[in-house]
Amino acid sequence: MRSKTRSAAIAAICAGVLAFAACGSDDSSDESGGSTTITWWHNSNNQPGMGYYEQVAKDYEADHPGVKIKISAMAHEDMVDKLDAAFQSGDIPDIYMERGGGELADHVDAGMVKDISDSASEEIGKIGGSVGGWQIDGKTYALPFSLGVVGVWYNTELFDQAGITAPPTTMDEWFDDIAKLKDAGITPMSVGAGDKWPAAHYWYYTALRECPEDVLKDAVTSLDFSDPCFVKAGDDVKALLATDPFNKGFLTTKAQEGATSASGLLATGKVAMEMQGHWEPGVMQGLTDDGKGLGDKTGWFPFPAVDGGQGDPADALGGGDAWAVSEKAPDEAVDFVKYLLSDKVQEGFASNDMGLPTNPAANGSVKDPALAGVLKARDDAPFVQLYFDTAFGASIGGAMNDEIALLFAGDASPQDVVDTTQQAADAEK
Amino acid sequence: MIDEDVDTSTASAPLGGATPRAVRRVAPRPVGSGWRQRLEIAFFVTPALALMTVFVVWPVVAAVRMSFYRWKGFGPMDDFIGIDNYRYVLTDEVFTDAVTHNFIIVFASIVIQLPLGLAVALLLDRKIRGRGLIRTIVFVPYVVAEVIAGVVWYQLLQPESGVIDGLISAVGLTPPEQGFLGTPNLALATVFVVLTWKYLGLAILLFLAGLQGVPTDLYEAAQLDGASWWQVQRRIAIPLLGPTIRTWCFLSMIGSLQLFDMVWILTGGGPANATTTMATYLVNQGTGRHNYGIAGAASVILFVIGFLMALVYQVFVLRRDTAVER
Repeated sequence: MRSKTRSAAIAAICAGVLAFAACGSDDSSDESGGSTTITWWHNSNNQPGMGYYEQVAKDYEADHPGVKIKISAMAHEDMVDKLDAAFQSGDIPDIYMERGGGELADHVDAGMVKDISDSASEEIGKIGGSVGGWQIDGKTYALPFSLGVVGVWYNTELFDQAGITAPPTTMDEWFDDIAKLKDAGITPMSVGAGDKWPAAHYWYYTALRECPEDVLKDAVTSLDFSDPCFVKAGDDVKALLATDPFNKGFLTTKAQEGATSASGLLATGKVAMEMQGHWEPGVMQGLTDDGKGLGDKTGWFPFPAVDGGQGDPADALGGGDAWAVSEKAPDEAVDFVKYLLSDKVQEGFASNDMGLPTNPAANGSVKDPALAGVLKARDDAPFVQLYFDTAFGASIGGAMNDEIALLFAGDASPQDVVDTTQQAADAEK
Repeated sequence: MIDEDVDTSTASAPLGGATPRAVRRVAPRPVGSGWRQRLEIAFFVTPALALMTVFVVWPVVAAVRMSFYRWKGFGPMDDFIGIDNYRYVLTDEVFTDAVTHNFIIVFASIVIQLPLGLAVALLLDRKIRGRGLIRTIVFVPYVVAEVIAGVVWYQLLQPESGVIDGLISAVGLTPPEQGFLGTPNLALATVFVVLTWKYLGLAILLFLAGLQGVPTDLYEAAQLDGASWWQVQRRIAIPLLGPTIRTWCFLSMIGSLQLFDMVWILTGGGPANATTTMATYLVNQGTGRHNYGIAGAASVILFVIGFLMALVYQVFVLRRDTAVER
């Protein structure tokens, strides 16, 4: 009796192992002879984006017999996790999303990304300076298809209620508006400091306002943060925190999950402002029952100027998404990426409000008025600083974000932020 | 008629002190020759051993190896840096705080959850009306998945919009400005309260099961001697629950050292690292910052701490139970 159940259990385990082996083998080539299959991972997993990309792939396949495009559309976080795992195993998709900066540098170091400087030179010329975030030592490794900037999204109705006539352009005006909103019984701002990066963006932006462009550009390559402007950035954040502008419990508030997240609070009219990237209208739409987000109450203004700052007040903090091609991918993959950046595909991308296009030919196709404003701010900016955590990579960027979150909690000084970042940077040298 | 060969193991009641020492048991299955037996063992053990090797031994070896390299998670692992990762982890205040937090949870579980669970179990062991219902209610939180419980408590504990703050305001008290999870001094205690809500049911269930094992004639004898209910619990029930309590303490200790899910969902280790545990630290360093070598070192340290505590507990506490039973 005992031995019977035992052998049954072993049989079950063996069956499990067999199933495992069987599961593992479905990855083998399913392509028919003579044709090329390109795998493409993207994060437009809801409509209209998903359908649009399917159509784009079909159009391309029709023009290029023998090429088959295998799409995996995933939620953003899932895609990032899967990409991490793919990089660990060394088996990455032919075309994938690359955010540039230190992350890209690491991938290039590991010899996993194709250099497309020559094969896509025409597109690189067309996109212009925006491609800079994906260049290393003069070589281009990915083509950005969407590039946005961070700014402050606000609720025009609540601003009216508080008697604010025009959005602030300087820190002092901003502080006045915060006071006016509080007097009117409105929580001025929300921030998802529980996720750390939304809080860190405040420091990034004040650093961009305090530091001259060349100091920032130099810091990204030399990893030297000794310029006093970096400490001043922390002082500015502290001054903002002293006005007590944020939602209650902001230290554990999440960025964009659910109605109690920072984006949810803005979308449901609980707060008047939130500093976020160009994706904010889309995120807010997903967080309200009617699917409209703030709708026509949506306003946007660039991060205010800092008194005495050495940065150009028109400079912007931003970042984007680019299509990179794996080192092992067939040449057709590069060709398809070039097609993705063509006037036609980028115009469709813009008119579906999937992001802010990088091909200037598609600029006129952005329909949403708030997004059109962001696009103008981006194109007018003399210098766009890539989000520091992306620019420096996960190791330095993570240490930086953690310490800035501590600054928000009142547990670290502006000097601590610089010291910790410098320490993490030194460990990388 | 008395058969000499009858199985005496069932007649184990002492008969004038003449219990035979060697009790014959049911004859074992015929054992084959040595090699056959070995082949049989190999056949049955190999699958389990193979699974253990692939899913336990190999990852542990890989983590130890990883802890000696600076590695970002992909590409060749070729930047050997010796014990630098260990030095980093052990001097990182966030990690040493995390260790402290783990031990606070271990200590608080034993000091708070144990008496509480014991008290409820002793009460529920009495014949009271609606006992089944109460037992079910007490046990339900344990059945709920930790992630779901965490998400629900996260919402309940939201400042302003959450139910808890509402209740506190309703009785005329002022909830903390940043909420229970957002105030560094309250966050760890809040996490512990939620953990107690979640795991008290298990303690109670185990203790109730242990109480079933206490022979009723002991209670009856004590009652005949005029012992009060409390005396019975203190002198009979609790001492006889000893092995169950010690086992629960062991489970609780290991669980507290590995604490991750609830903290990750409620606070993510914040605010201001007030609730980091060793597990959240290593996940943050690994998948968050891509410092896989540092994460490897932290996981080895967590393993060593857990292993040492288990060993010490085994030698000094659990041994008496095994010694009594065998």
